[in-house]
Amino acid sequence: MEILTKDFSLAAQMVKLFDDNHDLIFKSDTPEITDRRKIALEVFKRLGFPDNKDEKWRNTDLKKSLQAEYNYYFEPTFQKGIDLARIFQCNIPHLETDMISQLNGWFISENGGIKKHADGVIVGSLAVAQKEFPDLFDQHFGRYADNEKSGFVALNNAFACDGVFIYVPDNVQVKMPIQIVNIIHHDQNIFVQNHNLVILGKNSQLQLVQCDDSVDHQRSLINTVTEVFIGENASLDHYKLQNKNDVATLINSLFFHQERDSRLSTNCITLNGGIIRNENYVRMNGENCEANILGVYLVDKFQHVDNQVFVDHAFPNCQSSELFKGIVDDSARAVFNGHILVRPDAQKTNAYQNNKNILLTDKATVNSQPFLEIYADDVKCSHGATVGQLDETAMFYLRSRGISIENSRMLLMYAFAAEIINHIKIEPLKIRIDDMVKKRLRGELSVCEQCVLHCSTMEKPINFEIDLSKI
Amino acid sequence: MLSIKNLHVAINGREIIKGLDLEIHAGEVHAIMGPNGTGKSTLAGVIAGREGIYDITEGEITYKGKNLLDLPIEDRAREGIFLGFQYPVEIPGVSITNFMRTAVNEIRQYKGLPQISAGDFLKKMEEAKKLVGIQSKLTNRSVNEGFSGGEKKKNEIFQMAMLQPELAILDETDSGLDIDALKIVANGVTALRSDENATIVITHYQRLLDFIVPDFVHVLFEGKIVKTGGKELALELEAKGYDWLKSEV
Ligand SMILES: Nc1ncnc2c1ncn2[C@@H]1O[C@H](COP(=O)(O)OP(=O)(O)OP(=O)(O)O)[C@@H](O)[C@H]1O
Ligand SMILES: [Mg+2]
Repeated sequence: MEILTKDFSLAAQMVKLFDDNHDLIFKSDTPEITDRRKIALEVFKRLGFPDNKDEKWRNTDLKKSLQAEYNYYFEPTFQKGIDLARIFQCNIPHLETDMISQLNGWFISENGGIKKHADGVIVGSLAVAQKEFPDLFDQHFGRYADNEKSGFVALNNAFACDGVFIYVPDNVQVKMPIQIVNIIHHDQNIFVQNHNLVILGKNSQLQLVQCDDSVDHQRSLINTVTEVFIGENASLDHYKLQNKNDVATLINSLFFHQERDSRLSTNCITLNGGIIRNENYVRMNGENCEANILGVYLVDKFQHVDNQVFVDHAFPNCQSSELFKGIVDDSARAVFNGHILVRPDAQKTNAYQNNKNILLTDKATVNSQPFLEIYADDVKCSHGATVGQLDETAMFYLRSRGISIENSRMLLMYAFAAEIINHIKIEPLKIRIDDMVKKRLRGELSVCEQCVLHCSTMEKPINFEIDLSKI
Repeated sequence: MLSIKNLHVAINGREIIKGLDLEIHAGEVHAIMGPNGTGKSTLAGVIAGREGIYDITEGEITYKGKNLLDLPIEDRAREGIFLGFQYPVEIPGVSITNFMRTAVNEIRQYKGLPQISAGDFLKKMEEAKKLVGIQSKLTNRSVNEGFSGGEKKKNEIFQMAMLQPELAILDETDSGLDIDALKIVANGVTALRSDENATIVITHYQRLLDFIVPDFVHVLFEGKIVKTGGKELALELEAKGYDWLKSEV
């Protein structure tokens, strides 16, 4: 364990930490990977952690998060006496998933850390995969997560030791959704850097549910990078659920690399969190790709959520569509930054982008910046952003039927969010998220008691029935 | 039941209703007619309690002995007032079923009744649907979203049947309905009629009044009721228009 103090710059301490721990960081590396780490660190030295002078970070202030004291670990760390089975138990009725767990960024398992199924699907720890499947690992690791995107990505690429590794061979359709539950639970402040690698072979298919939860109120800084390779004509249905405590800072960078004819749907549901920054990069690296990038965020108090989407249309005949919706309460702040790049050859591109917000108070703020950068002439692109209050005439209509102000607001807010929830294709998950959104809007959802997909530390049982009369 | 005395209402500083009196008793049906823009919907909105637009500068409204103007919108509904909107509002994402269930239960709660059982609720829905001849699949859809003009109007009467108001104000519920739908809606309203409740129908067409026979017909003109008569007044208006009234004002 290393202690990162608040007295020195975190960036400088990280560089020193890297140099002091070559043996631990490089221990499973091929020379190629070690080189990639060193390059990444050089980029980090140049970029440092982002600050508000950086155009892309103008509206997200990390000063407080970067000035706290953290513990940093090079090996798995759990609090003593912790009951892992209880923490990771997931009880969504009728949701059958192949669940994999990460605690504080480290893969958890009883059986050697990796499993190769009969159909060739590999699911397990990134650290173990690096040793057991070096070819796959070397071929993909750090290939899509571009160091130049931010200091966080570079730093993660340099340090990454563990995370989740998933490989789906060509022509395999994985029946059961895979669910990654990443829980942060520690008795000290903690800085976590995990790195997930997901590889989908040609014509393959996968549903992936990624959950980020806290189960305590300890401060944490989590820098997650997920690299996803979607092979030719493969299809990924991806969900990201975030329910972090109010002092958690989560930097979540997702890199989707799409080969020709592939389909991606990714849906990010943010229910709670101190500072959450989601960076979604979609690179369309062949013709006829399709990407649906969706998100919904519900923030209140002093929470901050920032969604960045960058879609790179590098080839012709691809479609992308983005829709992010948010409800911002109290003094919370939401940031949306969408960037669609259509390169000169990417003719017949269809690209849509939309961000809609409801502000519930005068103090809540939204910064929304849709941006199109188009170098091809035969394209259809559009973008839009709205920020508004709840519709007055709709409020009158609902109340004129005897429905109270609070419930009328609830119905309208829920309806607003439901447009995104309705896109969830895994039915039991949809029902559960739907329920959680309702609870969240009623102020009844909190971390610790009701985390996104597991309900471990609770005393009282969760009632999954949706009480329609109450919404 | 409802008593309006010397009501003056302004919108953005412009007086729209200029001293209106109206008395309605249980069991009665009143029709209000009048040219476009004379304040019919404004009157309906004021009774329903719409906030933020109307400035009630003078006058009083009592309803079942209470000062209506003191009650918030939802309490007026819970006390039995129902407004069938001239322009029903689309609410994407809220299903009619959910909407009605919430409304029915809130009204029951206000009256100290327990929540309606799922079975009773479904039964009530079926009855109300039958009454206005709307198809089942409509109620699974979001409130008014993508409904045709006629479907929206039928949906208003469906809601009225669900909530069983004491005082229903139907603001041009007939416009946009084809002749068959008009009959269905009118029969629905007639079926809900009783000695305990009252109805105000705002309409431009005498035709509706063949089906919902009014006890009184009022002409609202430039913010005032300028003439009151029986159902034959509607026929007279249909034949002569409103111009002849100007000379009488
Ligand atoms: N929200 C509003 N803001 C500004 N003016 C309004 C508003 N609502 C109504 N008015 C004005 O008040 C006047 C009366 O309108 P109202 O809707 O009550 O007429 P109406 O008698 O119902 O007409 P119609 O037969 O066309 O439905 C009109 O001049 C209208 O423009
Ligand atoms: Mg009108």
